[in-house]
Amino acid sequence: MASNIQHLTEATIGKDRVKEPSRARELWQAFCKRKMALAALIVLMVILIGCLAAPWTAPYDPYEGAVKDRLLPIGTPGHLLGTDEQGRDLLSRILYGGRLSLLSGFAPVLLAVLIGGGLGIAAGYFGRLVNMVIMRSLDIVYSFPAILLAIGISASLGPGISNVIISATVVFIPPIARIAETAVKEVRKEEYIEAAISSGASHSLVIRFHIFKNIFNRLFVYSTTQIGICLMLASGLSFLGLGVAPPTPEWGFMLNNLKQVIFIDPIVTIVPGVFIFITSLAMNLVSDALSDVLDAKG
Amino acid sequence: MEQILEVTGISKTFPVQGMFGRKKGGVSAVDGVSFSLPKRGTLGIVGESGCGKSTLARLIMRLIEPDTGKVRFEDADLLQMGKSELKGIRKHIQMVFQNPYSSLNPKLTILDNVAFPLWANGEAKEKARQNAYKYLDAVGLPRSYAAKFPHHLSGGQRQRVAIARALVLEPEIVIADEAVSALDKSVQAQVLNLFQDLKKEFDLSLIFISHDLHVVEYMSDEVMVMYLGRVVEQGPKEQVFGKPAHPYTQALLKSVPSMEIQSRTLEEVAALKGELPSPLNPPSGCRFRTRCMFAEERCAAAAPPPVEVGTGHTAACFLLEEHS
Repeated sequence: MASNIQHLTEATIGKDRVKEPSRARELWQAFCKRKMALAALIVLMVILIGCLAAPWTAPYDPYEGAVKDRLLPIGTPGHLLGTDEQGRDLLSRILYGGRLSLLSGFAPVLLAVLIGGGLGIAAGYFGRLVNMVIMRSLDIVYSFPAILLAIGISASLGPGISNVIISATVVFIPPIARIAETAVKEVRKEEYIEAAISSGASHSLVIRFHIFKNIFNRLFVYSTTQIGICLMLASGLSFLGLGVAPPTPEWGFMLNNLKQVIFIDPIVTIVPGVFIFITSLAMNLVSDALSDVLDAKG
Repeated sequence: MEQILEVTGISKTFPVQGMFGRKKGGVSAVDGVSFSLPKRGTLGIVGESGCGKSTLARLIMRLIEPDTGKVRFEDADLLQMGKSELKGIRKHIQMVFQNPYSSLNPKLTILDNVAFPLWANGEAKEKARQNAYKYLDAVGLPRSYAAKFPHHLSGGQRQRVAIARALVLEPEIVIADEAVSALDKSVQAQVLNLFQDLKKEFDLSLIFISHDLHVVEYMSDEVMVMYLGRVVEQGPKEQVFGKPAHPYTQALLKSVPSMEIQSRTLEEVAALKGELPSPLNPPSGCRFRTRCMFAEERCAAAAPPPVEVGTGHTAACFLLEEHS
């Protein structure tokens, strides 16, 4: 045996740490093989960057309209997506409005991951009473239909984008907590957790190094599938007038404004809806591919 | 010889819950087990799967809380310790687990898997890594493996990593729970030899748990045979394997496949009939009586106490009482 050890170490003298091919790079290459997902990602990036850089990308002021230019059709020179019922350039309003719409799609999911993920990890890791208290309380929230719950919370808090975000967050906490809890329960059974505990590691260290690293993929993939749904939910709330106050542009609320002219110019009316649809679809395609890629990689 | 670890009357019954959390009964996994581990010695624990060997290991580590019993380690009772005290003492007893595919964190590199116990005990990250290299060397893994992830390694290599991780805290006692069962025979031999070498190098006392009699015979100084949560026989290896006293040990030894071509009668091969009874409702009295060919009425009435059959060699069977 001793000679064996010597033999093995001699062969590698001088080599300290050999660099493995980077995991991120491998994942990116696998992702790029999925053409649909790659296209969706590009669309998503274009929308995202376009909206974030709205002051530079938008051709007009989103608040300023000209009465004579009301309801110009799509493709009018100077107004690519036409104009709305007050003669404001629709493309500019879409780009500015996207900032709030995208914020209300991403922020609740992010917050729900932080809160729900934390609760789920605690429930799954400590089990027993902690699990009971946390998961049963969340079940109460879960038992309400999502839309109804969101409308209820939003309505009681009053209109405003931050209240939309709060109510959507509440809606997404229970499912995300449940995913985290299930994943943690599975990882908890592994022998490396026992090994870590028997080395004297504190709970926070075990959770950080052993639990979180091993549930991250599942939590991440699931959360990305929720962003599209959240975007729709938040737009729905805005459509109902629970979101922004006029004249602030926001996709859901723009849809509400434009619905009055649906019989006059139906094509212009659906423009914000198309953007909600495309963004949400692209998000789902990307998350689908992510789930494939990350699962295949363990 | 000085005893580093003394376990007295340790028991664990897992409650079985019916609907709505009502208690339906209990699985008696370990029942009144006592033994001691000599310093720098190796204690082998054998028994069929399901006899409570792994539970026993976890009870000693307090990964599972025992119902009753004492575990004395260096003049302290591990079972009386509070959480913070336990944290300090845990690094003295480390464990190598059964399944090398589940015992390493797939998201940490090999080096970080080994270094983690040091971080857990407050060592700085880089220093711990430097230290961990030494243990990768000790278990014969090339340093080029340090940055790899567990899925790049074979079962034998993973088990080497697991051993390195158990050693990195410089424990006095290592408990190997079926540490080679999941490995190929050829790799088993390498890992067993590694254990022998490391035991000398690091002055370890070893508890070696296995269902494989050959493995236990090869590794141990002392042997303890378990059946359904109880110790049926224990003593020095030569005596237990050479002059087995308990009917179960005798049957177990006979059922071992042998390479020697001898006239083995069918009777002998079929020495151990039937399945292990369920620990949910273990047989009364002697737990082995349902499969024992010498079973009598009194075996059902009371559990036989251990009888001394040689120096330091005891077996729990009524039959032996008469002879002595």
